[in-house]
Amino acid sequence: MPTVKVDGQEIEVPAGATVLQACELAGKEIPRFCYHERLSIAGNCRMCLVEVKPGPPKPQASCALPATDGQEIRTDSEMVKKAREGVMEFLLINHPLDCPICDQGGECDLQDQSVAYGRGGSRYDENKRAVTEKYMGPLIKTTMTRCIHCTRCVRFSEEIAGVDEIGALYRGENMQITTYLEHAVKHELSANVIDLCPVGALTSRPYAFEARPWELKKTLGIDVMDALGANIRIDSRGREVMRALPRLNDDVNEEWLADKSRYAVDGLTRRRLDKVWIRQTSGENRGKLEAATWDDAFKKIKAAKPGKDIAAVYGDLLDCETMFAAKALLGAMGSTLIEGRQSGMTYDTSNLAAVNFNTTLAGIENADAVLIVGSQIRHEAPLLNVRLRKAVKRGAKVFVVGPEWETTYPATFLGNDLGVLNSLSSDVTDAMSKAERPAIILGGAALGRGALGKALALAGEWNVVREGWNGFNSLHFSASRMGGLMLGLAQAGGMADLIAAKPKVLLALGSDEVDFTKFPDTLKVFIGHHGDKGAHAADVILPAAAYTEKSGTYVNIEGRVQRSEKAVFAPGDAREDWTILRALADALGVTVGFDTFEQLRAAMFADTPALANEGLADFGMALPAGGGDASGEIAAYPVADYYLTNAICRASPTMQRCSAELLHGQDFAEAAE
Amino acid sequence: MADRYIEPETPELRARWGGFAFTPASDAKARDAISHYPEGRQKSAVMALLDIAQRQVGEETATQGWLPIPVMEYVASYLDMPIIRVVEVATFYTMYNLVPVGKFHVQVCGTTPCMLRGSDDIMETCKKRGMAKGHTTADGMWTLTEVECMGNCSSAPMVQINDDNFEDLTSERLDAVLDSLAAGGSPKAGTQEPGRHTVEPSGGPTSLKQMVDANHDYRDEW
Repeated sequence: MPTVKVDGQEIEVPAGATVLQACELAGKEIPRFCYHERLSIAGNCRMCLVEVKPGPPKPQASCALPATDGQEIRTDSEMVKKAREGVMEFLLINHPLDCPICDQGGECDLQDQSVAYGRGGSRYDENKRAVTEKYMGPLIKTTMTRCIHCTRCVRFSEEIAGVDEIGALYRGENMQITTYLEHAVKHELSANVIDLCPVGALTSRPYAFEARPWELKKTLGIDVMDALGANIRIDSRGREVMRALPRLNDDVNEEWLADKSRYAVDGLTRRRLDKVWIRQTSGENRGKLEAATWDDAFKKIKAAKPGKDIAAVYGDLLDCETMFAAKALLGAMGSTLIEGRQSGMTYDTSNLAAVNFNTTLAGIENADAVLIVGSQIRHEAPLLNVRLRKAVKRGAKVFVVGPEWETTYPATFLGNDLGVLNSLSSDVTDAMSKAERPAIILGGAALGRGALGKALALAGEWNVVREGWNGFNSLHFSASRMGGLMLGLAQAGGMADLIAAKPKVLLALGSDEVDFTKFPDTLKVFIGHHGDKGAHAADVILPAAAYTEKSGTYVNIEGRVQRSEKAVFAPGDAREDWTILRALADALGVTVGFDTFEQLRAAMFADTPALANEGLADFGMALPAGGGDASGEIAAYPVADYYLTNAICRASPTMQRCSAELLHGQDFAEAAE
Repeated sequence: MADRYIEPETPELRARWGGFAFTPASDAKARDAISHYPEGRQKSAVMALLDIAQRQVGEETATQGWLPIPVMEYVASYLDMPIIRVVEVATFYTMYNLVPVGKFHVQVCGTTPCMLRGSDDIMETCKKRGMAKGHTTADGMWTLTEVECMGNCSSAPMVQINDDNFEDLTSERLDAVLDSLAAGGSPKAGTQEPGRHTVEPSGGPTSLKQMVDANHDYRDEW
């Protein structure tokens, strides 16, 4: 542990720390553009210059200089001040004075640091460099004249995303950041370069010229586009969500966010259900939906006289509070028929440890052998793929059962047939049984084909649960899944049990993936926020709130309980889901035991105490024994189109364009101007 | 430095170069270059391979050669590396031509020592023969580029034509070289100063004279 002196203050720094990190530990702010904690060190912006003794009598780039014992570092000397002013002046030589028309304005590192460390004016009166526009796809807007060549975007796509698409062409003053032949950037984390860009060279295309950062109300939320529960900041202006940005959480999303989570928010203002609708059963408009009042709708539901013949199916984006309110309502009616696995999966949920991501997202980085069964990780959990890539960089071996997909790390594909699990080759069994920290990841394609038993048997065989390590993981991609399972909302036979029960009333809580034709004589009540597949099949539509419009509790794949806050109000007549269920209870003449959100939460915590504490829920280390053989061909993964997986994305023009352009190869490249 | 740009990818370009593959001779050279690096580090040979590819294109087109996009893609797949990394290298170094060049690629050094020794005249001489900076003449013979220092300052001014340097130039001497090349000859490379071998001081040594024949200890004289 070297001891260094920063501005006269003596501190001890961890071995291997850089001078910049030492200064930060001492509480000194070091300006920087190219340095980023999660990327490799480039040392090309020169903004972090400090004075270091012993050493040459000139300022040194602190980001690339190791801290060694006895160093005397000065960040406040005249030399450092002049050096920073000089570097700033150089950086600004070719940087246009675009701030008034630049989307980065107000949250721009260059702007902030030139105010703090610049000299106030330039002595440069030659022509500035101009760079032709580059096309980087539907999400990233480029203004490359503003680029200061920090290469953060290049390093991100190479090191974190693992997709080498962005590069720096030419040299010196002519250096240009571009993609190969200006093709669109085609991976699910591409928009993170927008956050990384310290200037306004890469900005958000859908958000271009929409708002200034100081106009936005920032609300802390949880993302529901996949089951990872990425921590987001919802930026809203008035009643509209303008954008979603990642929040720092090293246990979940580090500081990255998948493109879908970031850009599906423009779907929140489109195709919304903002009125009550009832499907006419007689008259000339028979079969058509007509606007109605809440009273009419409740009367119609009451007229169906459900009694205990009521069932509910919950969608992928729901919070625990809504699911619990539904559970309470059905309980009061005398029914327990709630299910959320809309596609009909029936895996055993009696032991939650078997359907949880036990290794945790941060923990999977330490795995040294990983067997992925039936999961296209890049589409089902893009941020998990980043973690797996880190594990592989540390030497992990990865095997995949299922159709081939483009991994961003070396992986061995073992074939499409789940039967391969019954007789794994010695390569795989050797790697897994000899590994110190082996992990199995079971995706939706495997869970849906009954491979859970076999996977558990393999887990027992390889002893993946051991002292300090639990390597058994199920990977869901519905944000509501773990919460629903914790609340006990699953039937042994899955959706088939609901269909067999022939309920008089079916509450469809934002569930768009159910085959409603299986419920021909049931009054289908859709409580949701988007006019999508569920609403098309419904007899009564009650408009509800989307994830940004209600406070809620979400549990991610690793059993992490997180709370999201309400950012904006739901549009029109739409109400928060729990209030609708509460009013429905009145209409049906039952009591559910809560009148306010606080009471609802208290009741939920009493019902499922694990939801009361934020953080990882404890499901225990004991896995069921499992057994049996796996069989079945995985013809395709459940996520057919990454950009269009739920009602919000399907309503989002940005996601529609991404799907058309990036997945289906439609040509949108702009004509040269 | 002249503005460099990548020859745009067109269907014609793809049709002409899409089927590019190393000849057995180039392939042997490429394998040799890769063998200089440890297993799994084959990417390190990218510069050598780009040169080999450029020379092969040169042979096929009877010019110095250049690197069409499909050829860069071939090199990338040969080394199993992302294409953007290959393009980065090719665009960084000026000795890789990104656009087609003529039979003779005349690179005139215009950096300070050459400029002081008359590179402006050299440039003028080239222009008088119909060459234009950054362009190839209509007959496909000459491409003129102005380049930065080639490291021949002690025999300035100089031009580099394909693989040879011609130094100690004057307008007349350059004309003679170019005439000879145009006529299919192979003029003597290196210095054009009569009586001069390489870059030794013209008119004999002016310092360290006692070192010419044998080692000499100057320390007593300090």
